[in-house]
Amino acid sequence: MPDFILDVQGLETTFRTPDGVVHAVNGVSFGLLEGETLGVVGESGCGKSVTMLSVLGLIPSPPGKVEAGKAIFSGQDLLKMSKEDIRHVRGAQIGMVFQDPMTSLNPVLTIGRQLEEPLMLHIGMTKNQARERAAELLSMVGIPNAKDRLNDYPHQYSGGMRQRVMIAMALSCSPQILIADEPTTALDVTIQAQIMDLVKRLRDELGMAIIWITHDLGVVAGLAQRVLVMYGGFIIEEAPVQELYSNPEHPYTIGLLGSLPRVDEKERTKLFSIEGQPPVLYQKPDACPFAPRCKWAMEHCWQENPPLLVVGPEHRAACWVDTRTGRHR
Amino acid sequence: MVTKEMNNDTLLHVDDLKMHFPIHRGVFQRQVGAVRAVDGVSFDVKRGETLGLVGESGCGKSTTGRTILQLYKPTGGSVTFEGTDLVNLKGEQMRQMRRKMQMIFQDPYASLNPRMTVAQLVGEPLMVHNAATGAEINERVAHLLELVNLNPAFATRYPHEFSGGQRQRIGVARALALQPSFIICDEPISALDVSIQAQVVNLLEELQEQFNLTYLFIAHDLSMVRHISDRVAVMYLGVIVELATRDELYAKPLHPYTQALLSAVPIPDPVADAKRKRTILQGDVPSPANPPSGCRFRTRCPIAEAVCAESRPEFREIRPGHFVACFFAERFL
Ligand SMILES: Nc1ncnc2c1ncn2[C@@H]1O[C@H](COP(=O)(O)OP(=O)(O)OP(=O)(O)O)[C@@H](O)[C@H]1O
Ligand SMILES: Nc1ncnc2c1ncn2[C@@H]1O[C@H](COP(=O)(O)OP(=O)(O)O)[C@@H](O)[C@H]1O
Ligand code: SF4
Ligand code: SF4
Ligand SMILES: [Mg+2]
Ligand SMILES: [Mg+2]
Repeated sequence: MPDFILDVQGLETTFRTPDGVVHAVNGVSFGLLEGETLGVVGESGCGKSVTMLSVLGLIPSPPGKVEAGKAIFSGQDLLKMSKEDIRHVRGAQIGMVFQDPMTSLNPVLTIGRQLEEPLMLHIGMTKNQARERAAELLSMVGIPNAKDRLNDYPHQYSGGMRQRVMIAMALSCSPQILIADEPTTALDVTIQAQIMDLVKRLRDELGMAIIWITHDLGVVAGLAQRVLVMYGGFIIEEAPVQELYSNPEHPYTIGLLGSLPRVDEKERTKLFSIEGQPPVLYQKPDACPFAPRCKWAMEHCWQENPPLLVVGPEHRAACWVDTRTGRHR
Repeated sequence: MVTKEMNNDTLLHVDDLKMHFPIHRGVFQRQVGAVRAVDGVSFDVKRGETLGLVGESGCGKSTTGRTILQLYKPTGGSVTFEGTDLVNLKGEQMRQMRRKMQMIFQDPYASLNPRMTVAQLVGEPLMVHNAATGAEINERVAHLLELVNLNPAFATRYPHEFSGGQRQRIGVARALALQPSFIICDEPISALDVSIQAQVVNLLEELQEQFNLTYLFIAHDLSMVRHISDRVAVMYLGVIVELATRDELYAKPLHPYTQALLSAVPIPDPVADAKRKRTILQGDVPSPANPPSGCRFRTRCPIAEAVCAESRPEFREIRPGHFVACFFAERFL
C-alpha cells in the first residue's frame, strides 16, 4: 500500500428528494499521494462534487447524508470529525476552490479582509502580519498593485482575477492538499490558460497535492499525473494520465475520448457518439451503470456491477469485458 | 473591407455591420455611452458551407447573429441575403425572408416554451407562416421528429420531460420546419455534456448534407469549430480579426490573437499537450463600452507597437481568401 495523505474508502452519499432517494456516490475509494495532482473527470451529475464535498464535511444535511465510508487524513477520519475540527482542517490543511468564485466570496467585504481572516483565525497572525501576507498572496497569484487592490470589493475584480483570489485564499495557510472543483469552467480559454499556468507554477513552488475536478479531458491531460474517471456515482477507471489517454480500457472512457474533436485534428472524421443518456440515480444499480449505452455489453454486465479490476500497472477499470477481444476478462 | 462582388456562391453578404446598445443613466435616462457589441464586421457566407464564428464570451458573436436576422435593428452597415438587402425590408417581404433563415439557441432549457407540447413547438412555425394546416401539420411534425432522431410518439410530451440533448433536437426540428436554407447555430452544444455534444453535431452534419443547408456556427470551443467548419472567423471585442479556411487558420494563424487563442486550447492528449508552445496573454478583455483606440487587441498583444494605438488596422486579404486585421501579419506568413 503506498502512503496516501488522503485515503478515501467506500464512500456513499445520498440525497432525499421529493422524487425519491438520489444515490449520488455509490462506494467510491481512492488515495491521494503526497505532492501528486489527481484529475477527476466525468460528466455533469456523475458525483465528482458530491465526493469531494462529502470528504470535506460540506454536504447539506438534510437533504444529503454520507451513508458510509471513511476518509483518512493525517491519521484521522474526516467523516467522524466534529464540525469545529473539520472547519479547521478545511481552512488550514486542505484548501478549496470552486467553480463560481462569486458564490464563495463575500460581496460586502474587501478582498483584503477576506484574505486576512483565515490567517488570523487558523495560524494566529496579528492584523498587521495578516495584512502584509495578504498582499504577498495577491501578488503571488499575479494581481498587479496588490497592496492597493486589497481594498477592492469582489465585484471590482474580473472573473479571472476573482478565481486568482480564490486560489490565493485556498493556499494562504500552506495546505497539504488543494481541492479545485471546475475552477476554470466559467472562464474563457485565454483566462483558463493563465490560471492553469499559475497553478502549475505554484505547485512547483509549494509542493502541495492537488485534486482537480473537471469535465474537460483536455485540461486534465495538461495538468494531472493520475486520473479518475467517474460515471453514475462510481469510479469506473483509474490510471496514470498518459496510460489513460493512450490505452483507455473502459468503454465509457473510450467513447468520451472518441467523441472529442481536437484542435490539432488533421482529417475531418465523423465524431464517435455515445448513444443514450447518462443514468438517473434513483436506484443503486445492481448492473453495470453503463450497460444501457454500451456496445460491448454481455449478459454478465446486466447481472452484476463490475468492481474496479486491475487491467495493467497502476491501471484499473470497472468492466467485465476486454474491449480488444470483446471477450469476458 | 471585404468588397468582393456577390456571386452565385454567396448566400449572405455582411458589410461593415454595427450594433451599438445605448447605455442610459440618471433620472432622465440620458444616453451616456454605448456598448459597441458589434463594431464593423464584414464577411460572406457561401451557399452550402459552414462558417464558424469563434471568440471569447462577450466578444459579440450572438449579437452578430441576431443582427443578421434583424432581431436587432443594426446601427450601421448592410446585410444582403440571396441578393436582397434585409436592413430596409418591411412587413410581408421580411416575413417571407424569415422563413429561409432560422436560429438554434445555446440553452435548450430556456429557448423552448415549457407550456407547449413538442407537437405545438415544432408545428408553430408552420402555422404562423400558413405553411401547413390540419392533419398535414401532424404529418409534417412527425416527419421532422424522425429527421432529428426523436420518436414521433413523444409529440404530446412537454420539454421538461426531455434531456438536454433531446431538447436541442426539438430546437433543431423547429428550426427545420419551414425548410430554411440558412441556419445560425448559436452555441448549440455548449450547454450539453461531452458525450451528448457529438450526437447533436453529427445530426447537424447529416442534415446539412441532406438539405444542402448553410450554417453560421457560433461557438467558443475551437476544437468543435475546427471539426464542423469549412471556414472560420475569429472575433475579438466587436470586430473580426481573422478569417480563413479552416485548414489555413488552424495551421497558420496570422493574427496574434488567433495564435494565442489556439495555443490556449487544451488538447486531450498528454504527449501532444506537453509538446506545445503556449502564448499566455496578459490581462483581461477590455469593456466594449470603452474599447482601446486603434487596434482592439493592442492592450493584450505581445507584439504591439506605437502605431497600434494610433490607427485601426484594416481587415485586408493578405492571401487569397485569408483576411486579417493586423499591421504586422506579414511577419507570420
Ligand atoms: N441587449 C443588450 N443590451 C446591452 N448590452 C448588450 C445587449 N446584448 C449584448 N450586449 C453586450 O454586447 C456584448 C456582446 O454580447 P454577445 O451576447 O454578443 O456576446 P457573445 O460573444 O455571444 O458572448 P457569450 O459567449 O457570453 O454569449 C457584451 O458586452 C454584452 O454585454
Ligand atoms: N443538494 C442536492 N439535492 C439533491 N440532489 C443532489 C444535491 N446535490 C447533488 N445532487 C445530486 O447528486 C448527483 C451528483 O452531483 P454532483 O456531484 O454535483 O455532480 P458533478 O459531477 O456535476 O459535480 C446528481 O444526481 C445531483 O443531482
Ligand atoms: S461491464 Fe459490460 S456493460 Fe459495463 S462497460 Fe463493461 S462491457 Fe460495457
Ligand atoms: S495591429 Fe498591433 S496590436 Fe493589433 S494585433 Fe497587430 S501587432 Fe497587435
Ligand atoms: Mg460539480
Ligand atoms: Mg452568446
